[in-house]
Amino acid sequence: MLVLDRIVKYFHKGGVNEVLALNGVSLEVEKGDFITIIGSNGAGKSTLLTGVAGGFLPDSGRLLLDGEEITRLPEHRRAKFIGRVFQDPLLGTCASMTIEQNMALAQRRGLTRGLAAGVKAGDREFFRAQLAQIGLGLENRLHDRVGLLSGGQRQSLTMLMATMAEPRVLLLDEHTAALDPKTANHILELTERIVRERRLTTLMVTHNMNQALALGNRLIMLHRGEIILDIRGAEKENLRVQDLLARFYAIKGETFSSDKMLLV
Amino acid sequence: MTTYAFLGALEQGFVYGLMVLGVYLTFRVLDFPDLTVDGSLPLGAAVASVAITAGHDPFLALTFAAGAGFLAGAVTGILNTKFKILHLLASILTMIALYSITIRIMGRPNLTLLGKPTVMDAVAALGLPPHLASTALFACFAAAAVAALLWFLRTEIGQTMLATGDNPQMIRSLGVDTDIVIIGSVGLSNALVALAGGLIAQNQGAADVNMGVGTIVAGLASVIIGETLFGCRTVARALVAAVAGSVLYRLAIAFALSLKIGDFSFQPSDLKLVTAVLVVLALVAPRIRKGLARCSS
Ligand SMILES: Nc1ncnc2c1ncn2[C@@H]1O[C@H](COP(=O)(O)OP(=O)(O)O)[C@@H](O)[C@H]1O
Ligand SMILES: [Mg+2]
Repeated sequence: MLVLDRIVKYFHKGGVNEVLALNGVSLEVEKGDFITIIGSNGAGKSTLLTGVAGGFLPDSGRLLLDGEEITRLPEHRRAKFIGRVFQDPLLGTCASMTIEQNMALAQRRGLTRGLAAGVKAGDREFFRAQLAQIGLGLENRLHDRVGLLSGGQRQSLTMLMATMAEPRVLLLDEHTAALDPKTANHILELTERIVRERRLTTLMVTHNMNQALALGNRLIMLHRGEIILDIRGAEKENLRVQDLLARFYAIKGETFSSDKMLLV
Repeated sequence: MTTYAFLGALEQGFVYGLMVLGVYLTFRVLDFPDLTVDGSLPLGAAVASVAITAGHDPFLALTFAAGAGFLAGAVTGILNTKFKILHLLASILTMIALYSITIRIMGRPNLTLLGKPTVMDAVAALGLPPHLASTALFACFAAAAVAALLWFLRTEIGQTMLATGDNPQMIRSLGVDTDIVIIGSVGLSNALVALAGGLIAQNQGAADVNMGVGTIVAGLASVIIGETLFGCRTVARALVAAVAGSVLYRLAIAFALSLKIGDFSFQPSDLKLVTAVLVVLALVAPRIRKGLARCSS
């Protein structure tokens, strides 16, 4: 349903700092796929997700969603079908606004906004019920500014907000990397539950191989802007970290030590 | 300070309070330092004066002024978002262009309204003495603007404006075209400033192309005074603080003008320097800066 067709993306094209971030990436994401994406630093993982979200125009290639071409659709117009959570917990919410105001903004993702009240009294019950699910007691703090929350609380709220208006594609970019291990686990469990219950089509970047193997039905490895591994179904179920590393070195013909960062 | 000077400062504080609300919207809500205001204040004065001279109703003339101000602000917003010109520079360009446009509108650098109907007539008709009438009228305008903004900032559109100033990446990923929000918000801000200009011209009986010099600095000083003394914990509080800051700023100026230290006393022309120093002090003084950090997102 989401198709990336030979996407090429340069940064600083033609300049001395030219970087080829995506080197003709093609990918067919099936409806309901939960794809984990791994790869060393600078492999192009974030660029891939930003490209799907519409943060830039690719230098070449096409993007299709449910058969409709969206390559040139600007970011804010794609938001209707895309939910997104960033690595930085500060990026997903407005610190100066209250929890309910943030949720109300997210609730209207992709819809037109007019002169009706931003937060409607009738929605508060719904917000409370949503917040109660994440078990952090935020349901009693609707009027608190989000800036008062911890990073983990903010990231949990962002997870809720990204999925409140049903997204056709959910993009998660190392959304637990900036959190302490306990909080990260909490967010991962929440992610797993939301994606499973709602059958959301999801692309999740992670720097943690165990996570990448434990979650989702499909795993992709990026290297220097190319997809070098695409493993799914039963094959992925049985994969262990060692196998993954072995396959990686076999493909690239590189020595073990040069890519230690993959182990992180 | 004489009672007369006190009332005069109050009157100025309220009418410039509309301008300060505009500056608050760009500077604090949107995080967009906007110098267009130095040009949109005389623009509003010119448009209102020309409209009244042409026989239009003084209140209708104010809506023309606000409309012109909106367009001026929108131009700055477009230069910034669509042509990627730094906000500060974009607003300076509009401000400079407005100098020529304002003179074109009036056909000369200034225009007197002596003997022409103004909005003050409506209040004078109620039987208030003239020096109280304008103060009362401007206080009503400021109160109405605060109430309207308070309502607007709580609407769906208003909330996207707050969010655009706070976290543009986030609100874009929620489907909002931040370019449009910025263009509209800078427009709204300058509509308020031009409205102030239209009222000031009617009050002092003339529009002058140079009457806007230093508007942004006076606006900033007022915003900073207001939030330092009254806080900004909620939008409602920040809006009221902006108007209160404007009144206090004008009172402080009136007080400075009435000072006599030996042979020395301030000239009206010294006040821009005094204001600039005041803003610099407010920006660098650590205690006050802590107050500011709470106010800016
Ligand atoms: N905005 C940008 N400007 C210039 N270069 C960039 C930008 N974003 C990413 N890059 C470069 O593109 C490559 C891929 O980056 P990224 O997608 O962030 O990698 P990853 O998320 O896999 O670590 C890197 O070499 C990075 O330096
Ligand atoms: Mg990344």
